[in-house]
Amino acid sequence: MQVKLIRRKNDLIVRLEGELDHHTANIFRDAVDKELAKDIVQNVVLNLDSLTFMDSSGIGAILGRYRQVKAKGGKMVFCGPSKHIKKILQLGGLLTIIPVCSDENKALQACIKI
Amino acid sequence: MNMEIPARSENESFVRVVVAAFVARIDPTLEELNEVKTAVSEAVTNCIIHAYDNTEEGVIRISVVLEGKKLCMEIEDRGKGIADIERAREPLYTEKPELERAGMGFSIMENFMDELYVESEPGKGTRVKMIRSFGKNAWDNH
Repeated sequence: MQVKLIRRKNDLIVRLEGELDHHTANIFRDAVDKELAKDIVQNVVLNLDSLTFMDSSGIGAILGRYRQVKAKGGKMVFCGPSKHIKKILQLGGLLTIIPVCSDENKALQACIKI
Repeated sequence: MNMEIPARSENESFVRVVVAAFVARIDPTLEELNEVKTAVSEAVTNCIIHAYDNTEEGVIRISVVLEGKKLCMEIEDRGKGIADIERAREPLYTEKPELERAGMGFSIMENFMDELYVESEPGKGTRVKMIRSFGKNAWDNH
């Protein structure tokens, strides 16, 4: 799995590529936590467009980052999940707390609005 | 199809690929394939994290059988076992919240498969059996 981080002012775009499971969750966790520790980022957009697989390990890893962002008063927004990944997010209860947008720009706008 | 793999996290994706290749012969939809891959991934991850406590030691046995359009998968470990299976199957219950586990493994297996059976003996190991029929909706449409 690959994690690409793009910072735009106070917003962090996280592009996940490949498979998010128990084995790769640490790559995601470490990359995002390192960025959050700098205390610059407020909102996080998780771009799942190129994520080809995710299981419940992904739910736990996303929830852990969500809690950190929320504790600092920020927002988290998803964009681009496939039908299957959206179902996993829904089963994990994430869709009730994290909104889904169609692309990164809309997700960035949503961070300001909500 | 039977295989035995070391209980290491890098083998999770390997098992998914093998099971997907095995099931491909009955021409599943992409959705069905994803659901089977997710279910087996949850079972194998449970063995690694819970049965063998992330020690990366121990063996996981996986058996996959196709009878027509019916898939039967068994995932078995010789790890620490589950003392309270009913509680372990509850959504959101996890023994390892410190590892950011969502407690959704069994729920996802139940959701994506038609039947799920869990047998376990503390100190001996656990066997998870999952059954799923394919193409049900496709036949209904004919």
